[in-house]
Amino acid sequence: MSRYELRFSGSGGQGLITAGIIMAKAASIYEGKQAVQSQSYGPEARGGSSKSEVIISDGPIDYPKVTECDALLAMTQEAANKYSHDLKEGGILLIDSDLVTNVPPGNFKTVSFPIINTAKNDVGREIVANIVALGAMVALTGQVSRENAEKAVLSSVPEAFIELNRKAFSIGYEKALAASAQ
Amino acid sequence: MSKKVAFLQGNEAAAHGALYAGCDFFAGYPITPSTEVSEVLSLELPKTGGKFLQMEDEIAAMAAILGGALAGGKVMTSTSGPGLSLKQELIGYGCIAEIPCVVYNVMRGGPSTGMPTGPSQSDVMCAKWGTHGDHPAICLVPASVQETYEEVIRAFNLAEKYRTPVMVMPDEIVAHMRERIVFPEPGEIEVIPRKTPTVPPEKYKPYDTSFGDVPPLAAFGSGYKFHVTGLNKMQDGFPTTKAEIVQAEEERQVRKVDANIDDIVTFEEYLLEDADVVVVAYGSTSRSARYAVNIAREQGIKAGMFRIKTFWPFPDKQIKALAGKVKGIVIPEMNLGMCSLELERCAQGKVPVLGIFRVDGEPINPDQILDKIKEVK
Repeated sequence: MSRYELRFSGSGGQGLITAGIIMAKAASIYEGKQAVQSQSYGPEARGGSSKSEVIISDGPIDYPKVTECDALLAMTQEAANKYSHDLKEGGILLIDSDLVTNVPPGNFKTVSFPIINTAKNDVGREIVANIVALGAMVALTGQVSRENAEKAVLSSVPEAFIELNRKAFSIGYEKALAASAQ
Repeated sequence: MSKKVAFLQGNEAAAHGALYAGCDFFAGYPITPSTEVSEVLSLELPKTGGKFLQMEDEIAAMAAILGGALAGGKVMTSTSGPGLSLKQELIGYGCIAEIPCVVYNVMRGGPSTGMPTGPSQSDVMCAKWGTHGDHPAICLVPASVQETYEEVIRAFNLAEKYRTPVMVMPDEIVAHMRERIVFPEPGEIEVIPRKTPTVPPEKYKPYDTSFGDVPPLAAFGSGYKFHVTGLNKMQDGFPTTKAEIVQAEEERQVRKVDANIDDIVTFEEYLLEDADVVVVAYGSTSRSARYAVNIAREQGIKAGMFRIKTFWPFPDKQIKALAGKVKGIVIPEMNLGMCSLELERCAQGKVPVLGIFRVDGEPINPDQILDKIKEVK
């Protein structure tokens, strides 16, 4: 059975748990697959390590946590160092090129672009960096269609911020494709 | 018409399950990792005419729901670890005064404040032995978001049917995990109403056993007056120390559950027909166990799983039967060996019980279980 494992990692406050939830919702509600999202985080509201895990499958999902990661997003150097060793051979590592300067070595494909700065400069608000990252993960993993992922994003954000998030998702998606082609 | 679906957390599903069961009063004191139950019910209960009350602490919240139930409400509180410890005296009060209520407790690391955001399964003994004295205990341990929703409804039903506190105890992983949930239509799942008196107020006794082991319960404010106490009581609710009454009442309270084990105990059997090794698991750990059992089967090992859905009363009969059939029992749990002791009691030395005990805040992974399955010879 196809089991695809994603991990969104970084520090508390970066919105990574939300990004994981939206990815799982896209797969489970809009794509017609099965998905489980889980998380672990410390007691801090901001800072401290944070990770969100998503398992996507065509059939029932037993173990809800990552066993061998297919795709990893790392938004801090610490997360990149800590979790890259769990990546499958041929897996995908997406990093923020400003925050992860020592690219961990391994038998996987690394894609990098300045995620937070893209949110700040190209989208206009740093707060949507998680949605930029989500757009990129959707593009790189191909587990859910762009349309279904966008639906999941737009149904998860307050109405006043729909356009901002649509733009963030779209720019993240395009930037990842461009960075991946390099 | 297609059913309503949503992508929800276990805790959110629990809140919606309570609403389906007709919960109209919730009192709580927020605590990680159960706070989402309060968050959802504080928004939703007022919409359906119910009441949400945030109390000054966990003890007061437990007292509030007991009072709410005596006033005719279908009630629930939610908490975690240290909050459960605080509630214990009043859970005992609920047992002896026979007050239907649901206590939803998310298991996190302990004892004391322990590890608030880390998963655990170390409250299962507390569900039975946390409050002192002999008393009935019912505790449900769901393993998915959908099941959390359904088990909260069942908890309300059991509380009404047996007029006693019922606990629902997901571990933190199940409580915080998100999955797709399909909401049942109204009427699709049975909701058991409270058995209320058929006699006029002047003839009513709150513990009148001529109506059976579970006497009807009147609501305060409906014209019925009665006495409620934590002391051993007579049929009219007033305290007594008469030996034969105390003995009979204590036995009846425990018998309400003990005589109905087959109605209460639920479980799932997975690939057990020809199994040499059985993994007994509950909560999120059962998901790791199923994964491990599937891999073991692929490798030609005859492994199966017995999943405990009702922890208390314990499925003694089923485990005793299994112990006579298999070569070994593997028990993975996020504590230092609690269910394990119950399994050893049921196995009566017939087969080895091999434990995997983890209290570091990390889930038990399938590889650990697979390794242990292979140790059974």
